[in-house]
Amino acid sequence: MNINIENIRKDFPILGQQVYGKPLVYLDNAATTQKPKQVIQAISDYYSLFNSNIHRGVHYLSQEATQAFEETREIIRQFINAENKKEIIFTKGATDSLNIIASSFAKSFINEGDEIIISSLEHHSNIVPWQFVCKERGAKLRIIPLNEIGEIDMAAFQKLINNRTRIVAVAHVSNALGTIVPVKDIIEIAHNHAIPVLIDGAQAVPHMKVDVRDLGCDFYCFSAHKMYGPMGIGILFGKEEFLEKIPPYQGGGEMIKTVTFENSTYGDLPFKFEAGTPNVAGVAGFKAAIDYLNNLGMERVAAYESSLYKYAVDALKNIDGLQIIGSGTNKTSVISFLMKGIHHYDTGTILDRFGIAVRTGHHCAQPVMDLFHIPGTIRASFGLYNTHQEVNKLVEALLKLKEMFGN
Amino acid sequence: MTIAETQNKIITEFQYFDDWMDKYNYLIELGMSLPVMDDKFKIKSNLISGCQSRVWLHASYKDGKIRFEADGDAVITKGIISMLIRVFSGQTPDDIINASLDFIDQIGLKEHLSPTRSNGLVSMTKQLKLYALAFKTKNE
Repeated sequence: MNINIENIRKDFPILGQQVYGKPLVYLDNAATTQKPKQVIQAISDYYSLFNSNIHRGVHYLSQEATQAFEETREIIRQFINAENKKEIIFTKGATDSLNIIASSFAKSFINEGDEIIISSLEHHSNIVPWQFVCKERGAKLRIIPLNEIGEIDMAAFQKLINNRTRIVAVAHVSNALGTIVPVKDIIEIAHNHAIPVLIDGAQAVPHMKVDVRDLGCDFYCFSAHKMYGPMGIGILFGKEEFLEKIPPYQGGGEMIKTVTFENSTYGDLPFKFEAGTPNVAGVAGFKAAIDYLNNLGMERVAAYESSLYKYAVDALKNIDGLQIIGSGTNKTSVISFLMKGIHHYDTGTILDRFGIAVRTGHHCAQPVMDLFHIPGTIRASFGLYNTHQEVNKLVEALLKLKEMFGN
Repeated sequence: MTIAETQNKIITEFQYFDDWMDKYNYLIELGMSLPVMDDKFKIKSNLISGCQSRVWLHASYKDGKIRFEADGDAVITKGIISMLIRVFSGQTPDDIINASLDFIDQIGLKEHLSPTRSNGLVSMTKQLKLYALAFKTKNE
């Protein structure tokens, strides 16, 4: 059964907007997706009907809110097929999840002279936290290079592994190029050396079915706001055996068992990593987003997006002077490109005047830009509500841009 | 021509444009015809980094007046730079310090000078005035 895009678009109030008098064409989904009315309603309902602090309340509202919160944890467990609800930690977002793991994992497992492997196509969020770790613990960051088409060099990866490697942390999908990383192969290779693997799945979860047990990863991080849910909420999945072994990241309410001025004992999983009052409204909105995706079915979402993506790549390739950055074939949802002789900032400015929202610049992945010797790109990134007509509008606007710049 | 007179002249010129595309075509034309800055001025100390697009600004002082030269790597940004130079170059430090930049708003290009826009123009307008203040202090 196909997806009915017209009906889907009606669920997203913001898509009906006009920008400079033109219908909005939103192609910045890798930065954040728009929210369906079901998500907006769930947040509003939470504050209108259930708001109260969770877990410790004896009263009715608190029980209701706690139940909804914990039900969402279970829904997310199912969504990514984790084994146990305890392995699902609510965080502020993928960046927060990455920082938690980098910091806490390092305290238990990383010492002077140890090595951490990341790749050249990481978002800054999966680079900088590890740089902190290296500085604090005297460890070394090792980088898997990319080949000339923007894919991970697997042979080079295997050579980087040695008896000092403590963790491998890589993106599932590159936010700058859209390249799908063969994470299953990476995990298998790392596990053959008994090295745990963290996957930054922020750009993958919205576009494909992710099964953490099938992948076999030890940690998996993602954000709600890139998958039609609210901002400020995300997930850290971690295998129980690791989450038990690493210390909490922050101290506060919720995460403790007992507190005296001499010492505190920590709560059980998942609460050990959830200090303070969580973003309960965000979790309510997140549940609505997952329900929304489940109703459509991730396989159908992936199939529709894949056909739209292919259409867009073919259409853009036909524009004379347009260069797609990263020519690997296994890609999803993101097209990074340059217009010959036109600065990416100028391109973004003119597209904006046509009502088309794209991102320009280095996309928080400066090492990727350095590899291709470019200061930045124009990035069009797609979501489940984008249409073939919108791709046509992008093409028309780019042709007009070329005219304006005399190219 | 005073700063205010030049600004008014630019506002009048922009009134002839019917739509945004004509306006941007004009900006592109201005940007492309901005005199190329001598490479010796395209140095780090003249660079105003705006994250996505680079802007260079150089100032010299002669007979009580400041002469500005600038360049950038995005053409639309250069178009706006070209207008800023037309307004400010050849003016006295005092006049530059006291001038307002209303014309950018009035010709409908306000968004380009918004502090959240990463094009280097915001820092450049600040730098224009800082140069004026520096030359004024130096020569008092």
